Amino acid sequence: MTKTIAHELAKKQREISIAEFFERNKHILGFGNPTRALVTAVKEAVDNSLDACEEAKILPDILVEVHTKGEDGECKIIVEDNGPGIIRRQIPLVFGKLLYGSRFHAIRQSRGQQGIGISAVVLYGQLSTGKHTIVISKIDEKRPAHLYELAIDTNKNTPEIVKNEVTKWDKPHGTRIEVTIVGDYKRGRRFLYDYIQSTSIVNPHAQITFVEANGEKHVFERVTDTLPRPTVELKKPHPQGIELGTLIKMAKNTSNRKLSTFLKKEFTSMGERTTDAVCRIANLDKDANPKELTRDEFIRLLKAFKKVKIMAPPTDCLSPIGETLIKRSLKHETQEISPEFIVATTRPPSVYSGHPFQVEAGIVYGGKLDANSPVKILRFANRVPLLYQQGGCVSTSALSDIDWRRYKLEQRGGKGIPNGPAIFFIHVASTSVPFTSESKEAIADVSEIENEIKLALRECARKMQHHLNKKEKRIKTREKFELITKILPEIAKKSASMLEKPVPPLDAVITRIMDVVWIEDIITYEKVERKKVQTTLEGFDEGKNYGYITKSQLLVANYKQKPQKFNLYALIPSDAVVGFIDPKPAKIEEGKYIKWCLPAIEPTGKLEITFELAGLDKGDFDENDLYVEGINPEYVIGADKWEGD
Amino acid sequence: MENKREVMKKLDEIAEKIYGDLIKNEIPSLTLPTRAKSNIVFDEHFGVWKYGKGITSRAAKTLDGAYMLLRTMYVAEFIKSMIKTRKSSTLREMYYISEGWNMAKFSSQQDSDSIAEDLEVITGCLREDFRLRPEEDGARIIGNLVIEEVTRSGEKRRIHCQDDVGDAGYSIPYNVEKEKIVFKDADADFVLAIETGGMFDRLVENGFDTSHRAILVHLKGQPARSTRRFIKRLSEEKKLPVFVFTDCDPWSYRIYGSVAYGAIKTAHISEYLATPTAQFLGVAPSDIVNYELPTDELTKEDVKALKSELTDPRFKSRFWKDEIKLQLKIGKKSEQQALAKYGLDYVTDTYLPEKLAQMGVLKK
Repeated sequence: MTKTIAHELAKKQREISIAEFFERNKHILGFGNPTRALVTAVKEAVDNSLDACEEAKILPDILVEVHTKGEDGECKIIVEDNGPGIIRRQIPLVFGKLLYGSRFHAIRQSRGQQGIGISAVVLYGQLSTGKHTIVISKIDEKRPAHLYELAIDTNKNTPEIVKNEVTKWDKPHGTRIEVTIVGDYKRGRRFLYDYIQSTSIVNPHAQITFVEANGEKHVFERVTDTLPRPTVELKKPHPQGIELGTLIKMAKNTSNRKLSTFLKKEFTSMGERTTDAVCRIANLDKDANPKELTRDEFIRLLKAFKKVKIMAPPTDCLSPIGETLIKRSLKHETQEISPEFIVATTRPPSVYSGHPFQVEAGIVYGGKLDANSPVKILRFANRVPLLYQQGGCVSTSALSDIDWRRYKLEQRGGKGIPNGPAIFFIHVASTSVPFTSESKEAIADVSEIENEIKLALRECARKMQHHLNKKEKRIKTREKFELITKILPEIAKKSASMLEKPVPPLDAVITRIMDVVWIEDIITYEKVERKKVQTTLEGFDEGKNYGYITKSQLLVANYKQKPQKFNLYALIPSDAVVGFIDPKPAKIEEGKYIKWCLPAIEPTGKLEITFELAGLDKGDFDENDLYVEGINPEYVIGADKWEGD
Repeated sequence: MENKREVMKKLDEIAEKIYGDLIKNEIPSLTLPTRAKSNIVFDEHFGVWKYGKGITSRAAKTLDGAYMLLRTMYVAEFIKSMIKTRKSSTLREMYYISEGWNMAKFSSQQDSDSIAEDLEVITGCLREDFRLRPEEDGARIIGNLVIEEVTRSGEKRRIHCQDDVGDAGYSIPYNVEKEKIVFKDADADFVLAIETGGMFDRLVENGFDTSHRAILVHLKGQPARSTRRFIKRLSEEKKLPVFVFTDCDPWSYRIYGSVAYGAIKTAHISEYLATPTAQFLGVAPSDIVNYELPTDELTKEDVKALKSELTDPRFKSRFWKDEIKLQLKIGKKSEQQALAKYGLDYVTDTYLPEKLAQMGVLKK
């Protein structure tokens, strides 16, 4: 029998080793060049540490060290955490086998997902330097630490244990990885620093220490002792996020004999009515055995999922950072810039193709930031900074699509990245962030996500504008204050003394000059012994036995010539709880605002308002957002027009 | 010159206006003619430019306005005290004295000078009535002119402005009124007012004052009031034509403007300072072309100043419109001393005689 071409071809067909796969695809995985490789390696290790700590409800303490003392072009990277550790027999698999991980099958918000990350670093180290990776891990104070020296068998994709011994480690628990790679430290240093700083911003509960190759040490401090809200794993997928293959696989493995039960039991958001509607539209029998459906029928089912209005999936699987913590983190990391103000916003959760997601945004404005260069954009997905491919990211296009000229930033033609003294913060959290590629550097152009980003940015922009307007008005009025309190009395005194007459009274002239209602606020923080300060932030600062009460004192002064009566609103952060308050408010909308119906204030009369907020840290709330109703807002300095809830 | 009592009364009227406003529960204010380009009009009677009907109000409605009122009163009070004690001070001294005025103190001498001018405008008095003098500006004169000056000791001294002075010339004092200076003989054909010291010295060294029967005046940039007043008296009393010789740039045209038409800042006393018959000799933009002078590029500020002059009523004549437009077209400026391109004697042997001949003073 003569050999067919197929036989010939078959000779060439064989399994591709993961080493070859990696070599060809290393750019997709973030190891395209020595600069990026360095950042990716640190990033994968730190992501793992943060995820592990979060799952174990431990406040992360992470050490990152880079050494360049070895051979030329080589960097030794050490990342050490205080996480829960990894049990002994899993260590080789976690670090020495690609596509091995705990999060691949889970529907929840987490940093790593595919199980490529850290083992790819080990593999890259091995391929580029020939050196092995050392992992030490300890799971309990009473147990010993285990040290593994690992390599990856690139033909079989299995870990190769070079050395395994019990060792002494003075940490109670944690994991340490030491990997040597070919990396460009000289160029990568800046990116590495940016990455760690950005990571610290979106992980306000983490403390990260970065020791540079020259020994210089940077500590990125923890700004809250509150752990992120634990993300709940979605046990069942949402029908609109499912892919055909997964759907078929689920149907083959189900123990439910009827299609309707299968749909109701194994998917989220599928009730009686929705299930009926889906079956009707897909033209399928409700009682059909799901195992016996044809491929064509599955496709019809999938199409029906898209047509029927299905309730959004539960969104408690998401863990946003929250307005207060974003502001606190940004404030802490921008201290050197001493910005004028920081605003932030957290949008309510939303859904795209069956995947829950949530967008947060923030703006750092003014201070030493350059007014003439493009604004800086900090992008994040699931608390991981995105450092590359800014141009290809949906957050950049959403930002570029907004006309920032309305908000006093420079922008040619009202499109593109604006110029101005600002840093933009954009965070997208999702059970499945749609990245443009495996290196996870940019978020794909999904219209639902783009819209939410725009809404978040606009909210921030409005807050920014509010600040800028208030500042401008305040400056003008502060001048008038100087005028009536200092200069005018001097003018009166001088003219009187030149004419040897008594000094005239000034009240009436003062109201004519000012012709405004002036509202100002003073905020003080009172340190109090902590019994249990009520807070809506998850958990308590267990380590501290004190907390802060944020006290606002508002002064309303009528410098109009007639009595003034109006309503005043003070916005309060969603994390805060209102305590003492005087005078009695007309309404308190928890987490939103306080409303007062003020009594009439006579010309040159003053009124004082005091209220206290609990549940905030010192510096979290450093300025009141005030609004008025029932008075021409043009007359009022220090508050804007109330536009309704 | 007003008498002392009247000056003091006028100063008190300022305080009275402000005090009156306060008693009437009105925002205190003072009004005065607007001192800007937009508010100068030609006075047919004197042939000079004076303030028009535009009125500016200085009111305590704004911080700046309030400061202005307070400072104005402090200055008025200070002047009253000088009049009472028969003292006088320089503008600069007053600026330093304001250091003790707390909130009313000035942040720059420009501000205090400007208030002194405001006071002149409001009261209709002169700086001399207020016993305020400028810094000694030392503008210089050389020419066949005999002056009788009353010295400090009260003695009348005759000074011949060629024979009795050195190469630096006779220095014009800050008071050039009749009780101080009397012009005796003037044996010359014209007065030549020169912007820069370098050019003044060149003409002196070349003996231009004798060779061409000229009285040379060094303007020292934008001329002081006394220099302008001196030129006006000399021209009117001795019936001498005046020619102004400056650099070729927009700032120099303003120097000419203040000599001939009256300056915007002192338009309230233009009839007292300006010499309407003074003519601009050069260097004109057309000279740059005709004499092929070395040039510099116009700066942004130059262009702005030139354009502003196009809308300045004082420069609305055909001559100025043409010259300024020409300069904007060629985009160049030049200096008096650029004439040295053709040698040190060129200005006295060729340029000035040619220009003066064109203007009908010298025969060709």
